[in-house]
Amino acid sequence: MSADVELDHVSIRFGDFTAVKDANLTIREGEFFSFLGPSGCGKTTILRAISGFSEPTEGEVRIGGRNMAGIGPNRRPTALIFQNLALFPLMTVAENIAFGLEVRGVPKYERRRRAEELLKLIALPGTGDKLVTSLSGGQRQRVAIARALAVEPEVLLLDEPLSALDLKLRQHMRTELRTIQQRVGITFIYITHDQGEALTMSDRIAVMSQGVIQQVGDGESVYNDPGTAFVASFVGENNALHGRVSQADGEFAVVDTRFGGLRGRNTRGLRTGDQAILFVRPESLRLVNGEAPANVLETRVVNEEFEGSARHLHLAGDRRGLALTQTNDGEVQRVAVGDTVRVGFRPQRAVVLPEGRLASE
Amino acid sequence: MSEFFTVFAAVLAALIIAPAIQKHADRWWSGLTDIRFVQRNGVFISVYLVVAVVFWVLFMIVLPQLYMVDFSFRHNLPLEEVGGPDDVYTLENYRYLLFGRETDEAWLNWLHLSVFLRTIIASVLVTVANFALCYPIAYYMAQVARGGKARLLVICLIVPFWVNEILRAFAFRILFGTSGVINEVLQGLGLIDGAIDFLRADVGLYAGLTYAYILLMIFPLYNAIESLDHNQVEAARDLGAPWWRIHYRVVIPHAKPGIASGCTMVFMLSAGALAIPQILGGPSSLWFTQIIYDWFFQGLNWPQGSAYALVLLLACLVFVLGVMRLFKVSLGDIAR
Amino acid sequence: MNSASVRRLMTGFYILLFFAYLFGPLVLMGAAAFNSAPYPQVTPWEGFTWQWFGQLAQDDQMMDGLKNSLIIGVGVVCLAVPIGLAAALMISQIHAQARSIFYVIVVSPVLTPGVILGISTLVFWQRLGDWQGADFESLYYDGFFLTVVGQSTFISAYCMLVFLARLQRFDRTQEEAALDLGATHTQVFWKILIPFLRPAILSAAVLAFLTSFENYNTTVFTIQFESTLTTVLAGKVRMGTQPDLSALAVIIIAITLLGAIVHEVLRRREARREAAAFEAARRAEMETDLASLGQEPATT
Repeated sequence: MSADVELDHVSIRFGDFTAVKDANLTIREGEFFSFLGPSGCGKTTILRAISGFSEPTEGEVRIGGRNMAGIGPNRRPTALIFQNLALFPLMTVAENIAFGLEVRGVPKYERRRRAEELLKLIALPGTGDKLVTSLSGGQRQRVAIARALAVEPEVLLLDEPLSALDLKLRQHMRTELRTIQQRVGITFIYITHDQGEALTMSDRIAVMSQGVIQQVGDGESVYNDPGTAFVASFVGENNALHGRVSQADGEFAVVDTRFGGLRGRNTRGLRTGDQAILFVRPESLRLVNGEAPANVLETRVVNEEFEGSARHLHLAGDRRGLALTQTNDGEVQRVAVGDTVRVGFRPQRAVVLPEGRLASE
Repeated sequence: MSEFFTVFAAVLAALIIAPAIQKHADRWWSGLTDIRFVQRNGVFISVYLVVAVVFWVLFMIVLPQLYMVDFSFRHNLPLEEVGGPDDVYTLENYRYLLFGRETDEAWLNWLHLSVFLRTIIASVLVTVANFALCYPIAYYMAQVARGGKARLLVICLIVPFWVNEILRAFAFRILFGTSGVINEVLQGLGLIDGAIDFLRADVGLYAGLTYAYILLMIFPLYNAIESLDHNQVEAARDLGAPWWRIHYRVVIPHAKPGIASGCTMVFMLSAGALAIPQILGGPSSLWFTQIIYDWFFQGLNWPQGSAYALVLLLACLVFVLGVMRLFKVSLGDIAR
Repeated sequence: MNSASVRRLMTGFYILLFFAYLFGPLVLMGAAAFNSAPYPQVTPWEGFTWQWFGQLAQDDQMMDGLKNSLIIGVGVVCLAVPIGLAAALMISQIHAQARSIFYVIVVSPVLTPGVILGISTLVFWQRLGDWQGADFESLYYDGFFLTVVGQSTFISAYCMLVFLARLQRFDRTQEEAALDLGATHTQVFWKILIPFLRPAILSAAVLAFLTSFENYNTTVFTIQFESTLTTVLAGKVRMGTQPDLSALAVIIIAITLLGAIVHEVLRRREARREAAAFEAARRAEMETDLASLGQEPATT
């Protein structure tokens, strides 16, 4: 059984401080949905509001169509995986997993059976009688998931569950979580500051900053068609070229930047004279010799990094440097630090967005 | 006695039935759950917390004290007359302490006043002696002894105090009695001819009082001195200060909160001691608490007894405030 | 002999003297328990005997006092431990300004002289009884009830401090996790909080019992016409010394030492169990690392 989650004009304020400002979205049932943003953006607050640990100051939280106002966390059809896991240290693995069943009065035999079932699901069969304090970090992570799944929630909420794990384990767990979600079929709401996680695991992502949901969409649309300067600069690496729109014709716009007029997709309908930023990804930039495609800028190589599958060039740019990424496919031009190069990109690969705050500011 | 158990049984029954009722509780208490405190703790737990704490604070701490104060200003009336026309406030009980009965010859109630003063002064002396006794040990444990040895010393200190204070007083009585060990030893060594009646001379009493509260002086001192960085002592020694100066200028100022705490506790316990004066006191060394006791169970004048008790309490408070002012420490430092 | 070693010698001498002063009376009293002289003394030694222990067991007054002390001790545990727990839980949930006032109020009984606590308890509840027009046999005048209440006034503060220390290490998110999984608040209390506090509950109960057992100043006022072991003891000692009191002292010391040893053994066992779990976790982490590197974990 799964349910959708609706946030209807939800604002959450603590005294003078607004943690979440007018959040409006619907998370569809069975979806793997992520809230992505830097720390302090309000994603944890939203999670706690959905799970029932705090009430929205304005607006409604609905789960499965039912208004959750006044319903405590123990009576909502949600289960929360805490950032520190919050496993019960005095109980065994099986007792932890079966806790939700125990408080519902499920008899002992049935509890034991369910615990064993879930232990198989998380690939830890037969460890039921171990103390949770004797497990490794990754194993505890899985026990926390099993414990939440045992109560058969309609919505599973995960609070940055992978942040405490090391790199290899994190990557392994990403796939595992996605697999578990697909197998169990319930709505997963996942919050993280790591956009790699959000992109690989989610059906849809909500990018948040300072309490405001900037954009909601699937990974590709958030990456390729960012709606605001924040989203463009937070999700993945992006080159920002500031300027004023000098020409706007239907699908495209030309921005007058330090490097001259540069052309990109005008997805936000900007008009001539508007302050804008043209965003183009490092992988969309090419070194140009001779031929002159639509967008060319001339600049100097400041640094060069070889990362195995790709080579990164750092170039002198606008307010910050520009980054250019070439894949290591054997057809690459070698350049030296200090060289002047010409860099070009196709207009379809760039986006013109209204001037706004960037992710690292 | 039977009512005692009835109350207990009722409480136990309530605790057992509670979870069963909990399932239906939400409907009944929906109004209550709007309070944040109740939301945080649930209805039953909130009720438990509030009832327990209110009972303790109100019925066990505040009201009895307030009532004792009130009571001390009333006449000693038999039950029937309580609440009647004679039940008015009076300073009679306090006046008695100062002036005694109107029929007495002497102007002041010398008997009780002298006992009161002697109790206070003796307690001060005991406190000072206790401090002098404990300070070297506390310093040794805190600064000189290494970890394992310090722990051993701590255990050695605690063990004697597991024995009941009455038995400890009893032990002193054995020691100081006319045929006790000390007399035997002194006679055996030929230092004295006949047995000295230590008890009559109050030596036993003061030794016993000093002994009784050693633990309460040592631990605050120990904690306070331990927090002193030993390098400061080394630095002072290096600069040529003699040992007494080091203590006077470096250690003691640092340990002031501990000293204040220890002295306060020892004074209050000495002034308020009852068992030790009863056991070790000679016929001439009446302790103020004994007079209070007699008012209750011999004179049957409870208001009078309460007034005396209040005077004792005030004396303790004055002492505490005095120590706080003298040592320039605040209340938070003293309460460990 | 330089000044440093002189000082060290003197310090050692002082410490020796100090501990002789501390232990001496008790050792002598203990020894006197086995001396068959009719008057408790160590010299002259008239012969080793157990008779005083036997006499102790037959002393009705003493046994009656012991029984009452035990009953009151249990009563104090039942009252002071829940109150201390409630106060500890509450204190962490109220405003910071209220918290310090609250703390001062509840710690004040510890600093108040025991006689004052006894008197105020006695006077207050008696008057309460009078005001209700209660029967003379009722609770308000009962020595046991008043003694339990009077002692609990300050013993609850000790219990509260024990619980506060333990609560400091409590991970609050466990409560939230339990709630999230569907537990009611009462279930969270009994299944999560109380098991965590179990060692503290035990400590507090033992502390409360022992403190109650050996209390005199407060008890002597509230107990009125009944008696406890301490009041009987005080009465006998004032009347004159008897060797069977020494025997009692020996018994008490023996029980306390036994209790201390048991406590230490239990503590060591608990520490060993925690260390074993920690070791197992470390090993599990290592195995995971090795497995992810494609190696087989070494057999330990």
